[in-house]
Amino acid sequence: MAANYDYEEAPGTYDDANRQDLGYDPNFVPDSVKSFVVHLYRHIREKNVYEIHQMYEISFQTLSDRLFKDTPWPSVDAVAHYVDNDQVFCLLYREMWFRHLYARLSPTLKQRIDSWDNYCSLFQVVLHRVVNMQLPNQWLWDMVDEFVYQFQSFCQYRAKMKNKTEQEIALLRQFDQAWNVYGVLNYLQAFVEKSNIIQILEQEKEGGEQFTATDGYDYSGGSNVLKVLGYFSMVGLLRVHCLLGDYQTGLKCLLPIDISQQGVYTSVIGSHIATIYHYGFANLMMRRYVEAIREFNKILLYIYKTKQYHQKSPQYEQILKKNEQMYALLAICLSLCPQAKLVDETVNSQLREKYGEKMARMQRYDDEAFAIYDELFSYACPKFITPSAPSFEEPLVNYNQDAYRLQLKLFLYEVKQQQLLSGVRTFLKVYSTISLGKLANYMEVDESTLRSILFTYKHKTHAVDSDGKIISNADLDFYIDDDMIHVVESKPVKRYGDYFLRQIVKLEGVITDMDRIKLE
Amino acid sequence: MGRETPKQQQVSYTVEQLVAVNPYNPDILPDLENYVNEQVSSQTYSLDANLCLLRLYQFEPERMSTQIVARILVKALMAMPAPDFSLCLFLIPERVQMEEQFKTLIVLSHYLETGRFRQFWDEAAKSRHIVEAVPGFEQAIQTYAIHVLSLTYQKIPRPVLAEAINIEGLSLDKFLEHQAANSGWILEKGHGRGQLIVLPRNEFNHPELKKSAADTVPLEHITRIFPILG
Repeated sequence: MAANYDYEEAPGTYDDANRQDLGYDPNFVPDSVKSFVVHLYRHIREKNVYEIHQMYEISFQTLSDRLFKDTPWPSVDAVAHYVDNDQVFCLLYREMWFRHLYARLSPTLKQRIDSWDNYCSLFQVVLHRVVNMQLPNQWLWDMVDEFVYQFQSFCQYRAKMKNKTEQEIALLRQFDQAWNVYGVLNYLQAFVEKSNIIQILEQEKEGGEQFTATDGYDYSGGSNVLKVLGYFSMVGLLRVHCLLGDYQTGLKCLLPIDISQQGVYTSVIGSHIATIYHYGFANLMMRRYVEAIREFNKILLYIYKTKQYHQKSPQYEQILKKNEQMYALLAICLSLCPQAKLVDETVNSQLREKYGEKMARMQRYDDEAFAIYDELFSYACPKFITPSAPSFEEPLVNYNQDAYRLQLKLFLYEVKQQQLLSGVRTFLKVYSTISLGKLANYMEVDESTLRSILFTYKHKTHAVDSDGKIISNADLDFYIDDDMIHVVESKPVKRYGDYFLRQIVKLEGVITDMDRIKLE
Repeated sequence: MGRETPKQQQVSYTVEQLVAVNPYNPDILPDLENYVNEQVSSQTYSLDANLCLLRLYQFEPERMSTQIVARILVKALMAMPAPDFSLCLFLIPERVQMEEQFKTLIVLSHYLETGRFRQFWDEAAKSRHIVEAVPGFEQAIQTYAIHVLSLTYQKIPRPVLAEAINIEGLSLDKFLEHQAANSGWILEKGHGRGQLIVLPRNEFNHPELKKSAADTVPLEHITRIFPILG
């Protein structure tokens, strides 16, 4: 179950442990919980993926809502004897236990550290032992997703040094390896390597392996756990690199996954959205606006069509939140790179509704425009982190906003550089040819400045793609012959083909309906 | 715009492997730093290795060498029009960016991003100690300038070209001869105003060469109506 990404968390104070113990006995195991763990344990042993999925997705949720609304589940020690003290099951149970805690309550520092230890133990088992399990993709995705989330949450927590108690500082000093960035990255990397997933995906293209076709499941008696964790870890690495501000490497980590196709990443909606959200954001920061627009458009259309099917799921809120954020990012991309024809009708009308007015103001490039760019970016961006350990020297400061402030600053800097382009675009729309001198006059700048503006226009609208090629994303273009500017507008091509296809399908639908009426 | 050039020396081959296989490892930091210096002296470039180093600096700020960071940024500037410079800035803490040498580099980048070539060359002249430390800097920026000019101009007046690439007089004559012989530049007489240089045709300064954004319909869409047609 994807955790809540809300930025504001109540600070985990030392008192939390006591508060949570009050009115809650960690050793009391209600019958329904006993039944839950016994059945889940059996299904895992019998590799009954369907049943595991039902219990994981539905039963766990139901019990949490009914019995554990604001208390943790029973401790693992209390349930262990119902499941033969099975080490792996206990690690899995604890993983769910902590995930529930993070979602419903506020973890203390000790609990954060314990959760890290649990992940380490669980991951060591998967990486170094032969694990004979098949787990649902939803669960495996949630593990990676939650792992990265808890890392992000820990960095945010740790960076707020100002009000830390002495006990917390002592604990931080003592357990300085918990959630350290090297550990997090190396675990994800280890999954990718040990699972051999990159080679598997390569071989699959040539027909040598079966992975996507079976949704990652192993139908020859083996386990899907390592492979699928390796697969989802690539998305995890993309995410961590975005949190660090390293967009180039993030995209490189995702490269083995072909996002122009369906794949295991689309088998879980949370994974699909997380992948495209971060892919789009990274492209936005790398100024590959067209690529970002294309992918945001696709996923927003997909969410529009399918979100009704997820209304009951625990991920629903998260899906809606990411949906809104991606509309904001799309609004930013389209304001920096007007390419209306890349956006589907449905998405476009939603976009107009949500951000139509703001987009108009953003393209004016005045102070108000920057405020809106700031607002949308801040709303939609990932929760950037400072990965280094804190300084324990006085005075203790909060530096949890530093990473975000840097990314925002650099983003707005890029926006500012494009400030003059809107003005020149307005003029270019009106003329088919105009001399540099005349245009300089109209724009009230000297010729030298106008040349710089035109160079900026050309440079900013011709991005370098991932293969090093130059791609023009200018809707309006020009060339200069000595001192004459010749404007070239790429006319929006009327999509006759698409139109006819739609009408054909529609008509067929009407005929089918009419046939049905006759039969009745 | 060479981003990664073929590795000739054994050391660089090992570093590239390290970055590919074991990038999240504090022990490779000295190797990566040496590699930066090697890129500078042998006029090669590797964005991935440099990003890897900047990340390690981010993880352990006390090990950061501002001199190395400055060299990385100069190399990134030389990679324009690729956005490498901003990709590096994303990984450098704000307080470091406030230092004098970085403020200068950011200003230089700004001038190049906004086509202000004259201001760029003026500022670069004032900061010779930064830019002269990296061989090939001047040529790389000239290549970038010509790239922008090629996007923009079919025929460019000599003074505009001269200002953009910071070459004048006899040196410019020699340069133009070389380009005419090797890169397809054509030198014309402009009407009374001096020389006009005709730049090679490409799809950006000659829109008619652009592959038509045809009204193509992807095959997957057509498959939608196969049941109807059948």
